[in-house]
Amino acid sequence: MQELIKRAKELLADGTVVRVLGWKAGDLPYNPEPAYFAKDTDFADFVYNGFCGANLSKYMIEASKMEGKTLVFLKPCDTYSFNQLLKEHRVEREKAYIIGVGCKGKLDIEKIKALGIKGIQSISGAELTDEAETLTVQTLYGEKTCAYKDAMLERCHVCKGKEHKIYDELLLTSRDTTDADRFAEVARIEGLSPEEKFAFFQKELGKCIRCNACRNVCPACSCRKCVFDSNKFDSSQKANADSFEEKMFHIIRAFHVAGRCTDCGECSRVCPQGIPLHLFNRKFIKDIDEFYGEYQAGEDVDADAPLTSFTFEDVEPSVVSTRS
Amino acid sequence: MSIETNETFRPKIVAFCCNWCSYAGADLAGSSRLSYPADVKIIRVPCSCRVNPMFILRAFEKGADGVILCGCHPGDCHYSTGNYYARRRMTLLFSMLDYIGVENGRTRVEWVSAAEGVKFSATMNEFVEKIRSLGKNVRLGDLRCRS
Repeated sequence: MQELIKRAKELLADGTVVRVLGWKAGDLPYNPEPAYFAKDTDFADFVYNGFCGANLSKYMIEASKMEGKTLVFLKPCDTYSFNQLLKEHRVEREKAYIIGVGCKGKLDIEKIKALGIKGIQSISGAELTDEAETLTVQTLYGEKTCAYKDAMLERCHVCKGKEHKIYDELLLTSRDTTDADRFAEVARIEGLSPEEKFAFFQKELGKCIRCNACRNVCPACSCRKCVFDSNKFDSSQKANADSFEEKMFHIIRAFHVAGRCTDCGECSRVCPQGIPLHLFNRKFIKDIDEFYGEYQAGEDVDADAPLTSFTFEDVEPSVVSTRS
Repeated sequence: MSIETNETFRPKIVAFCCNWCSYAGADLAGSSRLSYPADVKIIRVPCSCRVNPMFILRAFEKGADGVILCGCHPGDCHYSTGNYYARRRMTLLFSMLDYIGVENGRTRVEWVSAAEGVKFSATMNEFVEKIRSLGKNVRLGDLRCRS
C-alpha cells in the first residue's frame, strides 16, 4: 500500500497526472470505497487491502471527461473491463495512466460473517503485505481467525489469471487463486428439470429489491440512457410487483451485456441481497464459448464481439432443444 | 359431483413474422387455403432482427404460451444480414429461457420464405400441437394480466 501512495504522490508531483483514482477507507474495517485523491493530504485515508474488490474501470468513463490525466489502479481482472470500455470508446486511453496492482484474491465480508464471525471490530491479515494466509478478526466476542482463502469472493476462486491486459506500470505481486471450475454451477443448474430450475431462480430472484446496484456497478452497463430508467418501461424505478418483473429485469440486464461481460463479478459482489447474479452472465458466456468459439471480453480490443458479428454456419436456435 | 366444462386448452401463440418473407409466406398460406390454427397471432416486424429480446419476454408476460419467430432463410434477408444477427441473439435468449426453467419447446425460430406457404402452415400446426402438449405457460406470466 505504501508503494502505491509513494508512486501516486510522485506522479502527482511531476505533473503526469492531475488526480488519482483509488480506494479510501470506509466507515467500517471492511468497506473501502472508490475515491479521487488530488492533494498529498488526501492520501491519509488511501487504502489498498484485501477488501478493495471494487472495479475502478467504470469510474474512468467519468474521469475521461475531466481535464487532465487520471492515475487509476487496476487489478488484473479490472483491466479486462477497462479494455472492453476502450473498445466501446467509452474511455480514453490518453486520459488514463494505469498502474496495474497485484492481487492476492479479494475478500467477501459476507463469507466471513457466514463463518459465524459476528460483531467485527477490526480485521488484520488483509493488508497484503505478507503471504495473506490467515485473517485475524477482532470481534466483540474475542479474537477469531479464518483462512484467507475461505473468505475470498466467489469470482477469485475462478480467476481468469493474474496477468494485466493493459497497464503503464506494475506494482505489487499477485498470487494465483484459481481453484474451482468457472462453469460448474451453471452446468449443475442446466442439468436440473424445468421445475427445479424455475424453483431455484424463483428463490434467488425473489430476494431482488430492484436497487439497481448490479446495473450501476457493472462496467459493461455503461449506456448513457438505460432502458430501465425509461418511464415507458413499467418496472422502472420501483420494486418488482411480481415474479415476472424480477426475471425480466435480470434476463434483460444480462442480455444487454452478453458478449461484453468480462465476468468481473461486480454484480454479485455488490448485491445487497446476495443474489448470485454472475450465474446469468456466465450462462451467456458459456453458451457463447460453446456455440461461437471461446471468447473473453476485454482480452483483445480488436476482436469481433460475438453478438455484433456472425458466420454463415452459425448454429440454429433449435440447438437449445436438441442438445443433451 | 363435477361439472363437465368440455373445454379444451387453446394456447395463445405469438408469431413474429418478417415483412419480406414470412409474412408473405403466411399470406400465401391463406390464399392457398391452407389452414393453421387461429391460436397463432401474427405480429409483423420489418426484419427478424427487429425483435428485441424484450418483445419475446413481453409476449410471455401478457399471457402467450409460446412464441415463434419467422424470418427469411439465412442468406435471403431483405437487409442482407439481419437474420444472421437475429439467429445469434435468439439462440442465446432461448438458451437463457431454458436455463431459468421455461420449457425449451415454447420458443422456436423458423425460416420461412415468401414461397413457402405450405411450410408456414405446417410449422404453425406443429408448433400449436407442441404447445398444447406442454400446456399453459405458468412460469413467465404476469398474474395481473391473467383472467
